[in-house]
Amino acid sequence: MKSKHLVFAAFAFAFACTLAVTAQESATTQTEQSKVCIRKQPAQKQEQGEHVFQQHCSRCHTAPDGFSPRIAGTVVLHMRVRASLSQHEEEMLLRFFNP
Amino acid sequence: MGSSTFASMLELTFDHSPRVTAPIRRLLLFFSVFATALCGIAQDTPLISGGVGFFTQTNAGRTTYYPTIEPLLAAPIGPHILVESRASLFEFFTPNGGNDPGYNHSHFIGLTYLQGDVIASRHATLVVGDYLIPFNTYNDRLAPIWISNFQDGPLIANLNFTSTGSGLGGMLRGNAIQRDKYSIDFSSYYSIRSANSQFGASRGTGGRANLYLPERRLELGFSFNRLLQATHENFYGAHAWWEPRDTAFRLRSEFSRGKHAQGYWVEADYRTRAFGGLDSAVGRIEPVFRIQQTFRRDMLASDGLPSVNTQRADFGLDYNLPHNARIITSYARRFSSAGNQNVWETAIVYRFLFPAWKGK
Repeated sequence: MKSKHLVFAAFAFAFACTLAVTAQESATTQTEQSKVCIRKQPAQKQEQGEHVFQQHCSRCHTAPDGFSPRIAGTVVLHMRVRASLSQHEEEMLLRFFNP
Repeated sequence: MGSSTFASMLELTFDHSPRVTAPIRRLLLFFSVFATALCGIAQDTPLISGGVGFFTQTNAGRTTYYPTIEPLLAAPIGPHILVESRASLFEFFTPNGGNDPGYNHSHFIGLTYLQGDVIASRHATLVVGDYLIPFNTYNDRLAPIWISNFQDGPLIANLNFTSTGSGLGGMLRGNAIQRDKYSIDFSSYYSIRSANSQFGASRGTGGRANLYLPERRLELGFSFNRLLQATHENFYGAHAWWEPRDTAFRLRSEFSRGKHAQGYWVEADYRTRAFGGLDSAVGRIEPVFRIQQTFRRDMLASDGLPSVNTQRADFGLDYNLPHNARIITSYARRFSSAGNQNVWETAIVYRFLFPAWKGK
């Protein structure tokens, strides 16, 4: 019985991921122009936020190629916890993602 | 689960049959309902991130294959609360051995962590739930498959007061001091004992403090934890990271000491900008090297380190493909009185990051 639950849970998760990927592909097509592209931001305007990104986020991992602006706030909040950012750094990072 | 290497995950696979218990099902239901309720908030849409990869490991002529997915869900509730969870799902295909040419397979599904984060002040965050133990750096910073330079975690990642790498209870973490020339961040936690198959934890307490010097790109940290059950052992850790400015060179190192064993690792990786930048065909090549040693202080092996003194050297060559994909290859030679071993590893890993649902 437990293995049935396990298999069901695995299939449900795989199905959910498939739906999410499909949704992402569709959303990507629609919002391609507005996608957050970290490396293409004007450096002067985003200098402080870029420093936060380089000094805290990039210490552990490389930057993603880009992501939907709809999750920019969630990404920053997640990084605030993971990288122990202060509120000020969180605000600068959000500004960097959304100039 | 957080700091476990794939080898220890394999043991878990065989020792404990994975179960989706009633509390887990209720939690998953809670997540679904709660995430649905948040639909439509600009920039704060819950996200799904993580890595998916296909790994191979050849050890003593036997090749093991393990496709793996590590999804992470992060869902904010307003501006000050975040619920996040990471799971690990993988299937092992291992050769039968002997004269049997076939393969056996087993799977593992488990939550790595499930925690709620409350932004308590400008400099502190309260974490409750099942969280990754912030002991040194590997467990909570480098373990995800899309971050690691090598497939295998360092040997001393298993030298911790809990074999699961996670604690169940509360943690206070944040940025204590933020100046232009330095910053100090901290984590302190208390974990209760739990025998739950998904939220296993030991009773213990500890913390970590990091000093970061941005001009020198140098990070120094100290970790401590104490097991508060059975033998009440102390564990100490220290780490140093250095990433020189305007280079893509990184040097990372850790040292851990427990009551019965100790060890260290040093890892260096480099990407050159000399041939058209990091995104050029040459700039995407990333040679990696890691040396590690473990030393047993006595024969009372109550931790996850090898039972005899061990040295291991890893030579890796990674390639950072466009679109968040990465090829990871390495050769390692392990030396110990129990026998020397060659370990060949290859993998391709893709990092994904997208909203949890389609938006307007």
